[in-house]
Amino acid sequence: MSDATVGGAVAGTPVTDEADIIVCRDVHKWFGQLHVLTGIDLTVKTGEVLVIAGPSGSGKSTFIRTINRLEEHQRGDIIVDGIELTNDIRNIAAIRSEIGMVFQSFNLFPHLTVLQNVTLGPIRVRKVHRRQADEMAMDLLKRVGIPEQARKFPAQLSGGQQQRVAIARALAMQPKIMLFDEPTSALDPEMISEVLDVMRELAESGMTMLCVTHEMGFARAAADRLVFFDAGNIVEQGTPEQIFDAPQHDRTKLFLSQVLTH
Amino acid sequence: MGATPPDAEIRPPSSEVGVAGWLRHNLFDSKASGATTIVLGVIIVGVLWSLLQWAVLDARWGVITENMRLFLVGLYPQDDIWRVWLALLTLSLVTGLSAGTWRSEAVRMMATMLAAGQVALALLAIISGLGAIGAAALVGDAVLVVVATAAARRRPVPPRWLVTGWMISVVLTYLLLAGLGVASILPVVSSNVWGGLLLTMVLSVVGITLSFPLGVALAIGRRSGLPVVRILSTAFIELVRAVPLITILFMASLLFPLFLPEEVRIENVIRAIGGIVLFSAAYVAENVRGGLQAIPRGQIEAAQSIGLRSWQTNIYVVLPQALRITIPANVGLFISLLKDTTLVIIIGLLELLGIGRAVLAQPEWLGASFEVYVFVAAVFFVLCYTLSQASYRLEKELGIGER
Repeated sequence: MSDATVGGAVAGTPVTDEADIIVCRDVHKWFGQLHVLTGIDLTVKTGEVLVIAGPSGSGKSTFIRTINRLEEHQRGDIIVDGIELTNDIRNIAAIRSEIGMVFQSFNLFPHLTVLQNVTLGPIRVRKVHRRQADEMAMDLLKRVGIPEQARKFPAQLSGGQQQRVAIARALAMQPKIMLFDEPTSALDPEMISEVLDVMRELAESGMTMLCVTHEMGFARAAADRLVFFDAGNIVEQGTPEQIFDAPQHDRTKLFLSQVLTH
Repeated sequence: MGATPPDAEIRPPSSEVGVAGWLRHNLFDSKASGATTIVLGVIIVGVLWSLLQWAVLDARWGVITENMRLFLVGLYPQDDIWRVWLALLTLSLVTGLSAGTWRSEAVRMMATMLAAGQVALALLAIISGLGAIGAAALVGDAVLVVVATAAARRRPVPPRWLVTGWMISVVLTYLLLAGLGVASILPVVSSNVWGGLLLTMVLSVVGITLSFPLGVALAIGRRSGLPVVRILSTAFIELVRAVPLITILFMASLLFPLFLPEEVRIENVIRAIGGIVLFSAAYVAENVRGGLQAIPRGQIEAAQSIGLRSWQTNIYVVLPQALRITIPANVGLFISLLKDTTLVIIIGLLELLGIGRAVLAQPEWLGASFEVYVFVAAVFFVLCYTLSQASYRLEKELGIGER
């Protein structure tokens, strides 16, 4: 695995299993001198729901951002749905349209209505007809429970509602994978559950999901696998039950005791 | 005051509300402020009174009315003035249709001012004996603005047609003003004789509409990932901003022709417009750059994450927000551009102020400078104030989704 060529577009790259929708091999990233991802190996199967946890600064957000190239990795291979992430702009565009992303700070477009936020991608990237895009967007807004807010602007919505719009916006591109980067960290406590409910429903529908979150209740209920990060790499992974009931690594034990004791 | 209302005792005391309260709080809050109010009041009333007396009794307004044609169109040939009216007619039509279709307070305000301005000009034309045809045409234009607005409100014009309409009317306006030079249908009128309000409007409207997109392009270019584009944009912006407008106008008028082959002649007005556009674009670019920097990184990431290409991210996500933030700064810039058009006098073009000075050089109007400058100042005030009010409305309208 360590002999995989840098940049990797060489013939003989091992054929990946059909069911492996994301394959990361020896992924490294530096911010200047700072080595933030130190050789991550991770394979995600289609339909799998991963929760990524770990102390802040452990590189978990950076890692999921490399998967849709919001951050560039400097060494190793990332293959998403059979497409390898390289500097080729067409590959990046193709992969981004397969992956939806939900951010901690929502990042809705404040100058567009809720409906326009959701339809922007389909209309401009997928070239869907406006009327059709509107219908699809309304269906998605119903799915996340806020069809009545379609004509409002993001600033007129609560945080929980904004985050649900952001989920609908990502789903509108009909992605195969959804990335969640601390989707509930900026929310008031009473709004967290409305977002988690939507995420749980999405998980049950068979979506492949990678969620960076501290919501351990969600992890226990919805995750197929819990991946624990520390200092730029995966220190432990397994089913939520395994990790919660019998953590192996000291760092995991410490983290869980801090997260779960109150 | 009539009968005391039952809840009289819980009302605020009369010293706090109404005219008396306002006067007390704002003008006579203390002995010192009371004294200031009285002194300033006497001075202001005195000045206004003498100004009014001057305007009504002493002023020789003849300097304006008898030279009205010069003030409006400069040395544009008398026999061809109808072409100006006709150009205004097409512009009135498109403006009215736009105001009705776009339902924007700002556009409607511009249309209203266009209509009102033309009525005012018509009145001036009648007073000045400029001819009934011109006056009638101007009133007709004003009516057309109103009618077109109403019609388009009832049946909005498809935006594509409006854009086409604007393009056609701009080309038509140019052809009407400058002439075709084919046979004798529309004899050529060299832009060197355009003057007065006509020239002021041409310089500023064309200057604004061309420098804005150029400035936006430069601002994006300055942030481009391509080093060549970035360096060229930055160099252009910094170079132009380091040079006074007068210098640029001089260069456009004197140096630029030296580099052209003998047979290529570009009219002075075109070169002046070129200079103004380049100058103003550099400032627009810096304003817009400020707006671009104010857009959070997360907006761009969100746009990328739904698969938008970088040009799409700019057009649909970044620019609409950045341009909105920069409306006040850009309108301020355009107001100064409008006033800076007076500088073209140094390259021999006579816009409104230049005509004023030319009029004052006539022996019979020696000493009438106050009248001329008051008139010119009033016209500039109306133009600039319209711009700034339209921008306030635009800001308000676009503020709906403010975070």
